[in-house]
Amino acid sequence: MKLAELAGKLELKAVNSLFDRELTGVYISDMVSDVIANAQAGNLLVTLQVHTNVIAAANLVDIAAIVVTQGKKPPEDVIKMADKAKITLFTTELNRWQIATKLYESGVR
Amino acid sequence: MSEELPRAGAEAPGEILYSERWTIRGGDFDHGGEVAAAVKSTLRQFAVAPEVIRRLSIANFEAEMNVIMYAEEAVLELQVLPDRARVTLADRGQGIPDIGLAMQEGWSTATPEMRQRGFGAGLGLPNIRKNCDEFAIESTVGVGTTLRYGVRFPL
Ligand SMILES: Nc1ncnc2c1ncn2[C@@H]1O[C@H](COP(=O)(O)OP(=O)(O)OP(=O)(O)O)[C@@H](O)[C@H]1O
Ligand SMILES: [Mg+2]
Repeated sequence: MKLAELAGKLELKAVNSLFDRELTGVYISDMVSDVIANAQAGNLLVTLQVHTNVIAAANLVDIAAIVVTQGKKPPEDVIKMADKAKITLFTTELNRWQIATKLYESGVR
Repeated sequence: MSEELPRAGAEAPGEILYSERWTIRGGDFDHGGEVAAAVKSTLRQFAVAPEVIRRLSIANFEAEMNVIMYAEEAVLELQVLPDRARVTLADRGQGIPDIGLAMQEGWSTATPEMRQRGFGAGLGLPNIRKNCDEFAIESTVGVGTTLRYGVRFPL
C-alpha cells in the first residue's frame, strides 16, 4: 500500500511534507538499536521516540515514515531533519497498540 | 583486553581505492548519526550494494553513538578496497573494563537520560558484530577503545 493511501484511511496528518512511496511493512519499537537493526527499508516505524538521532537511524536504513504515538510532538529540528531525509512524520493521540490494530485493519502487513 | 572474530581474508593485502576520516565528539548528540550518513553517501558513490551499505551503516551508527555516549573524542576512518570496506574507529575515553560483558546483548551502562532517548538496550556492539564480516575490539581502561570492522562486497 502507498503511504498517502494509508494516511487517508487512518486520517493521519503529516507534520512535515508527505513523501509518498510504497510501504513494505510496519515496525514498532522504542529502542534505537532495535529499530536500526530490524526495521526494513520502506517500513513505517511506530515509536514514542522523537529526536534527531532516531531520524538519523531511520534515514540510514531507509525507513519511509514514522508515526509518533501518545500525542508526543516532534520539535522543529526533528521536523526539518525528517524533511531533508524525505521521511514522512505523523503524530497520533493513539497508543502503539491502538495504532497497530488500525494499521492491521487498513490492510498493511 | 580484546576480542576478535575469525576474519576470513582480513590478512590479504588489498589495494586501498579510497580513504577518508571523520571526527566524532563525545556528548555531541545533536550530530549523532551524521558520520554514518557521510560514510553511506560515500559508499553509494562507489555503487556498493544497498544490502552491504545497510549493514555497514548499522555498524557505523552504533559505533558513532557509543563514542557520543561513552567517550571523549574519536576518529573514524573508512577504507574502500576492491572487495570490501573497512572501518577503524579509535576513541580517547574511559575504555571498557570487561569486553566480554560489553559484547553481551542487554548489558549497558547507559544513563537514565540515554535510556529515555531509546538507547541502552545493550544491543549496539552486538549489532556491529552481527552485521559485519570482520570485527575486532580492543580497549584500555582510562585510555580508549578501538573498533575495527568491515563488510565484504558480494562477487
Ligand atoms: N566507545 C566506548 N567507550 C567506552 N565504553 C563503551 C564504548 N562502547 C560501548 N561501551 C560500553 O559497552 C556497553 C555496551 O555497549 P552497546 O553499544 O552494546 O550497548 P549500549 O550503548 O549500552 O545500548 P544501545 O547500543 O543498545 O543503545 C555500554 O553500555 C558501555 O558501557
Ligand atoms: Mg550502544
